[in-house]
Amino acid sequence: MAREIIHAGLANRSFIDRATTGFDEYAASVEAFTLAEGERLTGVPAAVIREAAHAYARADRAMICWTLGITEHHTAVDNVLSLINLSLLCGHVGRYGSGVNPLRGQNNVQGGGDMGAIPNKLTGFQDIESDAGARARFEAAWDCTIKPRYGWHLTQMFDAMERGELRTLYVIGENPAQSEANVHHARKLLDGLDFLVVQDILLTKTAALADVVLPSAASWCETEGTVTNSERRVQRVRKALDPPGEARDDLWILAELARRLGRDWGQPTAAQVWDEVRALSPMHRGMRYDRLDALGGIQWPCPDEEHPGSLRLHERLWADPVEGPLAPFSVVEHRPPYEALDASYPIRLTTGRRLESYNTGVQTNLYRSPLHRGESLDLSPEDAERLLVEEGEIVRVSSRRGAVEAPVRVDRSLRPGLAFMTLHFPDQVDSNVLTVDVTDPKSGTAEFKAAAIRVEKIAPAEGAAKATTTEPAWTSS
Amino acid sequence: MVEFEVDGEPVKVFEGQTILDGLRKKGIDTPTLCYGETLRPANVCRVCVVEIEGARVLAPSCSRKAEPGMKVRTDSERVRHSRRLVLEFLASSTDLSTAPEAEAYCAEYEAAPERYGPPAPPDPDRDRKRAGHHLEPDGLTAATVYAPVKVDNELYVRDYSKCILCYKCVDACGDQHQNTFAITVAGRGFDARISTEYVVELPESACVYCGNCIAVCPTGALMFKSEHDLRAAGEWDAEGQTVTTTVCPYCGVGCNLDLHVQDNRIVKVTSPADHDVTQGNLCIKGRFGFQHVQGP
Repeated sequence: MAREIIHAGLANRSFIDRATTGFDEYAASVEAFTLAEGERLTGVPAAVIREAAHAYARADRAMICWTLGITEHHTAVDNVLSLINLSLLCGHVGRYGSGVNPLRGQNNVQGGGDMGAIPNKLTGFQDIESDAGARARFEAAWDCTIKPRYGWHLTQMFDAMERGELRTLYVIGENPAQSEANVHHARKLLDGLDFLVVQDILLTKTAALADVVLPSAASWCETEGTVTNSERRVQRVRKALDPPGEARDDLWILAELARRLGRDWGQPTAAQVWDEVRALSPMHRGMRYDRLDALGGIQWPCPDEEHPGSLRLHERLWADPVEGPLAPFSVVEHRPPYEALDASYPIRLTTGRRLESYNTGVQTNLYRSPLHRGESLDLSPEDAERLLVEEGEIVRVSSRRGAVEAPVRVDRSLRPGLAFMTLHFPDQVDSNVLTVDVTDPKSGTAEFKAAAIRVEKIAPAEGAAKATTTEPAWTSS
Repeated sequence: MVEFEVDGEPVKVFEGQTILDGLRKKGIDTPTLCYGETLRPANVCRVCVVEIEGARVLAPSCSRKAEPGMKVRTDSERVRHSRRLVLEFLASSTDLSTAPEAEAYCAEYEAAPERYGPPAPPDPDRDRKRAGHHLEPDGLTAATVYAPVKVDNELYVRDYSKCILCYKCVDACGDQHQNTFAITVAGRGFDARISTEYVVELPESACVYCGNCIAVCPTGALMFKSEHDLRAAGEWDAEGQTVTTTVCPYCGVGCNLDLHVQDNRIVKVTSPADHDVTQGNLCIKGRFGFQHVQGP
């Protein structure tokens, strides 16, 4: 698309010249990718690539939104940089109705990062290594010493378990025993830990492996707090229900744990914790609780109590002259999926989600959705015909890491050579046994979207016996 | 700004706003049924009509744009008479027992739907009526749109005995909100009804169970199955419920959920129509995916 936009004279030259750097190197790097080459690499017809390129470049306003189809590859960061390059090429950034927008998959992915639940930043994206001033403010507030050193992200933690350096794990609200790529391997590592604590609202498969399970209240309806959505809008969540049994608020559990480890934090309320966030994170400073209520949430940065919040980032690129640093183009190399297709594993498997379900199905398999249809291996009509398999037939699906059995569903929207599965019903079909745990070197995200698989028929009697397991869990209750 | 007159008093609204906007600004109670804050006016129920000086016919205030100098009457005998007849026709032919405002409207306008006779019983063939099939009423009963309740899934029920054909569900399912187009109006005249394609049950239809049709339904014809079951058991307790606004857990859009809770159980989920993020709309997970916090 970029080469076509440049050659068709549709690049926004005045924006590029004023607000960006590195255009010449970028233009040279995409030169080899003609429409024909694009079609050869992707299977998308050249005319369609051209149409998309022209529509995007000619639009008054255009936005690129993406989800895990871009980021669950070993080229995750490069894929995102490619989209940013496109937006810079056309000047579709920092203006009303334009921009690049990663749609988050959970209600607080953004907020988790904002709050510092990432290995390299303190609350408000203040760098642990390089921002000594921020470190000092947190040290004063918390009465402790913060080492200027990045921690591990999830993938690095599993690597550290493999090396035997990480022996204890405390998991809050995640189900890695079913959600990790190459899940047999992940489960083995979790199983081999000295000590595993799981804090969750339901007894997940990960919790079943744990030495200690801390039952917690559901954060979206049984406790108070805030979450931050994809557009950086901080909103309050509120307690509508009393949690069941002995389940406790996450905040209560953490404060109790701290007390027993020798730090008495008292029992802070969510509002008190939020006020601490506001005191330490400049971009949240103006977000008083009553303002969050009155304004229906506030988008960061919101530096003071008069500030209405920020609808858009990067508007500075349109100031004349540009305020702050120019936006760099990034030269990105094309790299195909890690696992090449070959005679043994000739079909590309991509995994994803369906509308009515959510991740490993811990929550969503419990409501009676008419849209639930259990797991299936979705194949193109051409592949189903070639493999002599029929709709509903149980087949064996194998990758280099393991095999599962799943019923076939023929999907006309798939092209030959491409198969699809979800991760929603791991108790029925453990799809992540198949996925490849090679990761993006920068983000650590695994390549859930591109494994190489083989599909085989299995003996009729064996297949018939398995067919009863394809119903979602609730139908048997 | 546009200045016009309501019942002899001046009122100002922004250009493009309707007479109804002016009436609400003045605090004049105006009945509405087919009007929805998040939808384009369908103009079908006629219960909000007003009299405009110099106009031959009454005008629906929900859709008629305010014009400078307009003289509007909201409480004339003609307006009251028209509203009364509309309410009587609707209330005699449909079951308005779960339409929140119907009782108060009927009292205000002295509507007496019972004078049309006892209601005709449900017609199991109503969904299959074709244009021209309609039979002459016998005069002993009030003609009704009554039909058996449709319970064909575990999430929501459709009781078209309560349907006033306001089109809001069709508009919400179609190009105004959801763009799913699972339902439309089938049939003509008094036989008109809301239908899926070929009258298939919901699980066979294009429905994606967002429930945005339930959210806009003014009469309770579309209802959470949890509410329907509690009402059937005589256990629905609207006064005893709390409504708490929170944020959906299922993705990063940040839709606001209003959780309607009775006896520490979620019995219904709505979304505030005036919130910036989705203007009252949700998807199946946000609307119905709460079972995991309350067991079977």
